[in-house]
Amino acid sequence: MNSKAASVESTPAAGRLDQEAARALIRRHHLRWWEALPWLAAAAFYFAFPDYLGFGTTLMITILFALSLDLALGYAGIITLGHAAFFGAGAYTVGLLAFHNIWTEPITSLVLAALAGAAIGLASGLVLLRTQGLTLLMLTLCTMALLQEAANMAHDYTGGFDGLPSLDIAPVFGRFEFNPLYPDTQYLYTLAILFVCFVFIRTLVYSPFGQSLTGIRENLLRMHAVGAPVRRRLVVCYTLSAAIAGIAGGLWAQTNAYVNLSALDLDRAATVLIILILGGYGRLYGAFAGAVVYLTLEHFLARFYPTAWQLGLGLLLVLVALYARNGILGLGEVVWRRFRPRRAT
Amino acid sequence: MNAAIDFASIILGGLAAGTVLFIVSVGLSVTMGLMGFVNLAHGAFAMFGGYIIVLAMNRAHFGFAAALALGFAGTAALSVILEQSLYRRLYRAGELDQVLLTIGLILIFMATLTILVGPQSQPLQLPPELGGQINLGFMQYRTYSIFLIAVGLLIVVAIWLAFERTRIGAQIRATVDNRRMAESLGINVDRLFTITFAFGSGMAALGGGLGAEFLGLDPQYALKYLVYFLIAVSVGGLGSVVGVYYASLLLGTLDFVLKLYLPKGGTIFIYVLTILVLLWRPRGLFGRKSA
Repeated sequence: MNSKAASVESTPAAGRLDQEAARALIRRHHLRWWEALPWLAAAAFYFAFPDYLGFGTTLMITILFALSLDLALGYAGIITLGHAAFFGAGAYTVGLLAFHNIWTEPITSLVLAALAGAAIGLASGLVLLRTQGLTLLMLTLCTMALLQEAANMAHDYTGGFDGLPSLDIAPVFGRFEFNPLYPDTQYLYTLAILFVCFVFIRTLVYSPFGQSLTGIRENLLRMHAVGAPVRRRLVVCYTLSAAIAGIAGGLWAQTNAYVNLSALDLDRAATVLIILILGGYGRLYGAFAGAVVYLTLEHFLARFYPTAWQLGLGLLLVLVALYARNGILGLGEVVWRRFRPRRAT
Repeated sequence: MNAAIDFASIILGGLAAGTVLFIVSVGLSVTMGLMGFVNLAHGAFAMFGGYIIVLAMNRAHFGFAAALALGFAGTAALSVILEQSLYRRLYRAGELDQVLLTIGLILIFMATLTILVGPQSQPLQLPPELGGQINLGFMQYRTYSIFLIAVGLLIVVAIWLAFERTRIGAQIRATVDNRRMAESLGINVDRLFTITFAFGSGMAALGGGLGAEFLGLDPQYALKYLVYFLIAVSVGGLGSVVGVYYASLLLGTLDFVLKLYLPKGGTIFIYVLTILVLLWRPRGLFGRKSA
């Protein structure tokens, strides 16, 4: 690492942009042709599987939730087991407003859900992000459990264990209604929100801010040494991640028309963690790959063979932890590198 | 007078629950302190051992003591196999990979037990001499709870003596304090870890069996109580036996009292307390490592 940096400095051509490394750096945030694929697939799905639009909606919400976790965990290296806290905060914001007939307009509700997630993310991040490792893991876990117990205790407002059923959500733009039997609107609406959030996240991670997050993840000490405001960056990142998780939770509440305590469950937090690691963290599209593979397997296996699904998932996780630490996309990259024809230099 | 007796019986019940928590968690604390390995599957070892113990008694008609010994040995043996084949490869990996591996193991344990034994809860039949009530002089109380508290005290004293007075205990303390230095001095940390891992898993098995009477024992056990084990360890302090003992007793008593007086949402205080303790002392109340 050090010797490489030194040799670059010593060559007179270091400032020139026609070097391989320099060109790679300049191009790294450019759009690649395959980046259109997920969106084309989502559009094709809409026409090809009209009976599975409910599943598609769940899938996209999970992708958004996993993306928010990727920002905190994959890019900034904040190891958390409590990300469902923000998902739940968003879901309950939308749910409470709609159930008590205070506010039902979907898009502004999502903004409020994002704000609720961000508020909890900022408040907890300011305190928790001083710690690391097991302590951080436990603190995030306890924060989530705390919120879940609070939601359980405030039975009069949140419905406690039973949750808030049959939420009444106003039509999108006053025209397109959420119909539970034909979830066309839900699907397209979720797709649009996912796209907007993805563009935001993609821009963010390639910005100098995103680069400094990667730096913090890779070498905390050095980032402190070069004078980066590490704590502040982490808190901002955590807050943004929490806001996006809040949007995912809000979407979940709107499209399902109910909220219950499962929004704040350890199960949900662990599942999204598994999905992200399965797909490959710190690489944006890992959330897509992980969610598609996990939810498809779950959808078709878990219903008929719940125990076998549990066993298979366990084995898969062990194998991924041992042999494929960069997830499905990491594996794909290895295969791609091996079979790709060498580029002429 | 009645109020005092009520109070005493609540405290005793809480201490018994806390003792079980301690017996399960102590191994987790020591192995996490030694290697920094985030072993979420520790509760699965407790569950596995509990199943051996309960099934040995219910189906093979073992005595209570013999079943406990079998559970300890069986779980310790299994944990050594897993440690050598799986855990060992991830010592130097990040916490994330360790979390993933051990969540995977939990799922495998849960599914395997569901397939082999079934999803229903396994009841523990106490031997008759532990089943009744005991006269404490000022009140009658369940013999089994008193037995648990006594066993817990014996265990904590025994482990404390082993830590403070034996050579291997000194090696463990040295490694928890500074692993690199300990390795430089010729302590075989890997072997040390295997021994403590096996012992800790065996203890978890004992806790799973001893606690089956009131915690229940079904395939969900490994996940259901995981948060409690982790709280006991992180509040008590990594690598500290006495710390985990105090934290477990506190947690057990608090949980018992809260469930009685605030059945709905009372556990919120446990989470608040855990967060406050960890913010005040990120290494736990009795954590050894300073950095």
